[in-house]
Amino acid sequence: MEYGFGQKELDRVERILQEEMIDIGVHVCLLIDMAGNVIARCDNGECSHDVYSLAALAAGNFGAVNAMAQIVGEDNFTLLFHKGEKESIHFSKVEDDFLLITIFGNEVSLGFLRLRVEEVAKKIKESLLYKTMMLANLLESDSDK
Amino acid sequence: MAFINLKRKEVQVKIVYYGPGRGGKTTNLEYIFSKFRERIKSDMVSIKTHGDRTLYFDFFPFDIGQIKGYDIKVNLYTVPGQVKYNATRRLVLQGVDGCVFVADSMALRRESNFLSLKNLQENLATYNKNIFKIPLVLQYNKRDLAKQGVALLSMERMEKDLNSRLMVPSFGASAVSGDNVVATLKKIISLSVASLHNELK
Repeated sequence: MEYGFGQKELDRVERILQEEMIDIGVHVCLLIDMAGNVIARCDNGECSHDVYSLAALAAGNFGAVNAMAQIVGEDNFTLLFHKGEKESIHFSKVEDDFLLITIFGNEVSLGFLRLRVEEVAKKIKESLLYKTMMLANLLESDSDK
Repeated sequence: MAFINLKRKEVQVKIVYYGPGRGGKTTNLEYIFSKFRERIKSDMVSIKTHGDRTLYFDFFPFDIGQIKGYDIKVNLYTVPGQVKYNATRRLVLQGVDGCVFVADSMALRRESNFLSLKNLQENLATYNKNIFKIPLVLQYNKRDLAKQGVALLSMERMEKDLNSRLMVPSFGASAVSGDNVVATLKKIISLSVASLHNELK
């Protein structure tokens, strides 16, 4: 899979992550691809987690979860949640190729977070769609020349 | 293809060490990790079975400096070599930019080298990648065992077996002592970055 994000799209995605996730108390929020690359990241400035290792493991983990889904006859499982004592991790698929990872503490309720993640995923999808449309327009105008 | 972040001026390159089980892929990474420990900000991630075999992958990110103002971050991965873990191998190969094939020089392991290289070709093909086009370096590992009287395949034999059609750079190496481990790494990084540069032209 090949994809591209320009500076504008990345700014837009990071703004969404900041406003919708970090501002409600999430510690770290990452958008990664299934190869384990970190596309966008936002944090509250107090976390020093190794996000690159986390992304590599999360991508691998999600691949394994997808394989499990197929064994039980599902196309895929779209979300995953690991509960910790102080911090928990929530993974959610965005389209087929991206993964939204949020790390949050006990002060954020899981239900609220899930609602927010759903909204953020929707907004990111719109950004991706917008990017695809821009590309399509660009190609069209190129072929007109 | 590598991930290029224009905003952070950062390029993430994915390099995977592939090869038959017990061939020395993890040992390669362990050597690099210990050699460049002070330059690697994170710990090495290693998911192993109880018998110390790689179950999932080993991983660490490695900053190699800047090219034209972009920070180049090389993400090094290994795969589990055992035949039964093919699904995991395929998963780790997703988005790969360059491959090091670590072949086992022991005469006994000749067949497993063939099978693993063939398996790499098949798994790359599932991502529409061609083994003849992807940046690839062959490493003939365990050359140090000759001193202990273990029967090894000669370098010429291994070249003929594995590299006669691929014709890619190759190194005789010893991951345990570190011989040519860094040379292999440097070669695959330069091939991968050059290939990326060509793709972006």
